Amino acid sequence: MGEVIVITSGKGGVGKTTTSANLGAGLASAGSRVCLIDADIGLRNLDVVMGLENRIVYDLVDVTSGNCSFRKALIKDKRFDKLFLMPAAQTKDKTAVNPAQMEVLCNEIKDDFDYVLIDCPAGIEQGFRNAIAGADQAIVVTTPEVSAVRDADRIIGLLEKEDLREPKLIVNRMRHQMVKHGDMMSIDDIIEILAIDLLGVVPEDELVVVSTNRGEMVVLNNNSKSGQAYRNIVRRIRGEDVPMMSLEDSGLFGKLRRIIGLK
Amino acid sequence: MLDFINRIFGRESSSSRNVAKERLRLVLVHDRAGVSPELLESLKADLINVISNYMEIDEDGLDVSLDSSENQVALVANIPVKKMKRKFETESA
Ligand SMILES: Nc1ncnc2c1ncn2[C@@H]1O[C@H](COP(=O)(O)OP(=O)(O)OP(=O)(O)O)[C@@H](O)[C@H]1O
Ligand SMILES: [Mg+2]
Repeated sequence: MGEVIVITSGKGGVGKTTTSANLGAGLASAGSRVCLIDADIGLRNLDVVMGLENRIVYDLVDVTSGNCSFRKALIKDKRFDKLFLMPAAQTKDKTAVNPAQMEVLCNEIKDDFDYVLIDCPAGIEQGFRNAIAGADQAIVVTTPEVSAVRDADRIIGLLEKEDLREPKLIVNRMRHQMVKHGDMMSIDDIIEILAIDLLGVVPEDELVVVSTNRGEMVVLNNNSKSGQAYRNIVRRIRGEDVPMMSLEDSGLFGKLRRIIGLK
Repeated sequence: MLDFINRIFGRESSSSRNVAKERLRLVLVHDRAGVSPELLESLKADLINVISNYMEIDEDGLDVSLDSSENQVALVANIPVKKMKRKFETESA
């Protein structure tokens, strides 16, 4: 039986959908059976990010309301035969599904897969409650900004209340040059404040946008830093012990600073 | 001098990185207390227990809150005292 992992953040636009698509494709390319669920009802996105938007017939609401079986609604990815997407409904809103239905659905789906990844909508309302209802674990995505980290803290509190203990953190859109110049919070700063385990760090990377434009996932691009970061996270999810990628400032000033004890 | 070194090495305390971190630290004190009001309630009960060893207080008039100024958050407790005890009891006694 598989694990259901919800990918959430509180704040919008920090990279939940991008993370879901890349981890899904990465896990599938490593040989896992993966089902992605787009839980952002009314603002369907995961399908276009994955380049599967032309193949949708049924959606999540068709399944939870009993119009069709979940297998019928799943779209098979063209690149990996072990990767599937359950699209969100686009014309309904989040009240079209309730947490109890999501729990039933997740329990049914996870028998067929190694990982079920749920792309959570922004916010802390019903869409969030639906997305976490059937989850066994949670990944919290944030960016190195005050508002995103604050919202992540709130989400971590809510997840713990719902018994999703020990969520893992992904810091997205990291710009190490800015950290070096004292213009962005570092990973250590963020971890110290949130006090949770770090699952990975994804750098700011134009190739994310370029890939997404084409409906491709950067995790499959071997020449990208962000792709490497996603591949490392995939291996950690699969249970491997992979050291954090050193994008850190091991430049001259970084070294000097350590030598003279300012770090 | 150290200040100067800190500045070239991007470590001055007024860097936007440090400002961000400090603002977050303060705002999260409030957020976390606000999200779980039980925390302040439980603290209140513990305070009453401890203080009752030394004085008689008006438990209904007790007020505990977080008060923030520019760069710090303070725990402010207003505890009306009814009577001091002549003999105080401590745990160790
Ligand atoms: N590491 C990155 N580097 C550069 N751009 C990125 C990175 N991660 C995400 N983006 C871009 O940021 C935007 C928002 O990403 P995404 O849609 O994944 O966020 P989201 O959290 O799902 O948003 P919403 O809350 O609206 O669902 C997209 O345009 C995406 O291409
Ligand atoms: Mg999204």
